[in-house]
Amino acid sequence: MSEIPDLKAKLGLDVFKPAAEPHIRIRQGMEKDPRLKPAIRVCPAGLYSENERGEVILTIDGCLECGTCRLVCGTEILDWNYPPGGNGVQYRFG
Amino acid sequence: MIIVGAGLAGLGAAYTLAGSGLEVLVLERGDYPGAKNMTGGRLYLNPVRDLFPGLFENAPLERFIAYEGISIMAKDRSVTLNYTGNELRDEPRQSYSVLRSKFDRWLSEHVEEKGVSILSKIRVDDVIKDNGKIVGVLAGADELRADVVLACDGALSITSEKAGLRLPVALGDFALGIKEVISLDSGVINERFNLEGDEGAARLFVGEVTQGKFGGGFLYTNRESVSLGIVVGIEDAAADSLPLEVPALMDSFKGRPEIAPLISGGSTVEYSAHVIPEGGFKALGNLYGNGILVAGDAAGLALNIGFTVRGMEFALASGHFAAQTVMKAKEAGNYDASTLSMYKRLLEDSFVLKDLRSFQETPAVVGNPRFFSHYPELIGAIMKDVYSVPAGAKERLYPTIRKRLTLGELWGLFMDLKGVMKI
Repeated sequence: MSEIPDLKAKLGLDVFKPAAEPHIRIRQGMEKDPRLKPAIRVCPAGLYSENERGEVILTIDGCLECGTCRLVCGTEILDWNYPPGGNGVQYRFG
Repeated sequence: MIIVGAGLAGLGAAYTLAGSGLEVLVLERGDYPGAKNMTGGRLYLNPVRDLFPGLFENAPLERFIAYEGISIMAKDRSVTLNYTGNELRDEPRQSYSVLRSKFDRWLSEHVEEKGVSILSKIRVDDVIKDNGKIVGVLAGADELRADVVLACDGALSITSEKAGLRLPVALGDFALGIKEVISLDSGVINERFNLEGDEGAARLFVGEVTQGKFGGGFLYTNRESVSLGIVVGIEDAAADSLPLEVPALMDSFKGRPEIAPLISGGSTVEYSAHVIPEGGFKALGNLYGNGILVAGDAAGLALNIGFTVRGMEFALASGHFAAQTVMKAKEAGNYDASTLSMYKRLLEDSFVLKDLRSFQETPAVVGNPRFFSHYPELIGAIMKDVYSVPAGAKERLYPTIRKRLTLGELWGLFMDLKGVMKI
């Protein structure tokens, strides 16, 4: 998704401390699983999208760690962790 | 004792335990307490004042809420009901807008001053089990052992999940909240919202905001910003039933003529998102087990009854009662499930489970989709007819309204109100 030009700018306002490794991964072979599709709609940061091969891809930069994709897709599909301590989004207002 | 998570439940527990002689360690995965925490923005203090005497007097609260508003939004129009009263201005004030990074950090400093250790930048990955009892947590390669673990790690609560205390996920029991903090000069805020001094306004918006589905929009005035956001049921958002994707809902809300002038000239300074437990009493998992207690969002302790949306005072109170339970368990020298079951009794005797129980039917009632599309359009249409002055002759009011309120409509309304009577 990310058709909203505003969204990237909005995420750019947040403080992130990126981790070395992505903290959420689509499990191998699950990229076309229909249970992944809803993540494209619900992710408030627009981090899930579908490529021309019909695979769902995930860009971790800008993850707000809300957990919606974990609830919607489940951990059979997603290898889901919070970022390591001290990494990820750091809210200044909250 | 180990407390997982320095949010309001964890810090509320730590504050209560300070000076009890128990060795308490709070683990927080953020850079600092508050770094991972967000709220729509309002804390009701009345239920928790007595549990934390004097604590909130110098708290970094934003504004006390003196004006409540609810707007029913149809596609092209809206109807708003505003309420204010001396009771909202009288001390002690009922509720305040709050920004969690500031508030939680402040509370954590108090907790540390009272001698409790808080370790930030520590992510808890698992619990350590021994013979069916929780005996500590795993953080990376570190094994941290304790007599008892208090899981305050938020709506997803990995800790209570690993301990086997959570129910399987039912999407209908969760909502997603997203929010922008929009900075505005305090004088501008006072003018736009008709406020004086540190008065604040709270506004809720239902209907078209969530494209006719469960949820709504909110606006809270802070000292020098407004918190503007929406809450949407995760099941609806995931199931294609919302025409717009979640981030677009927010932009469409911001563009509404009811909202745009209120935030005009302001600049967004932060964008945040969080999962909210919405299932209420019927969706609660186990609140305790052998060597473990669960509090706050982690336990699903939140309550949305449409006009009031509450969570933070449930977190503070459940943390407090978990702390009391642990102190009793220490006296007994036993942290097994039967000793810790006292926690549930304390919650049942307090507003926490009393309110959740009283309002257990609300998730089903406020989930009625007719409240989010049909009625907003109907009420808007009636207002349009009543207020319109056409070029020609205006029809009498009663027949105009009666045309909208057909027998079938009244019957539907009657049936829906029967549902509301359960609240």
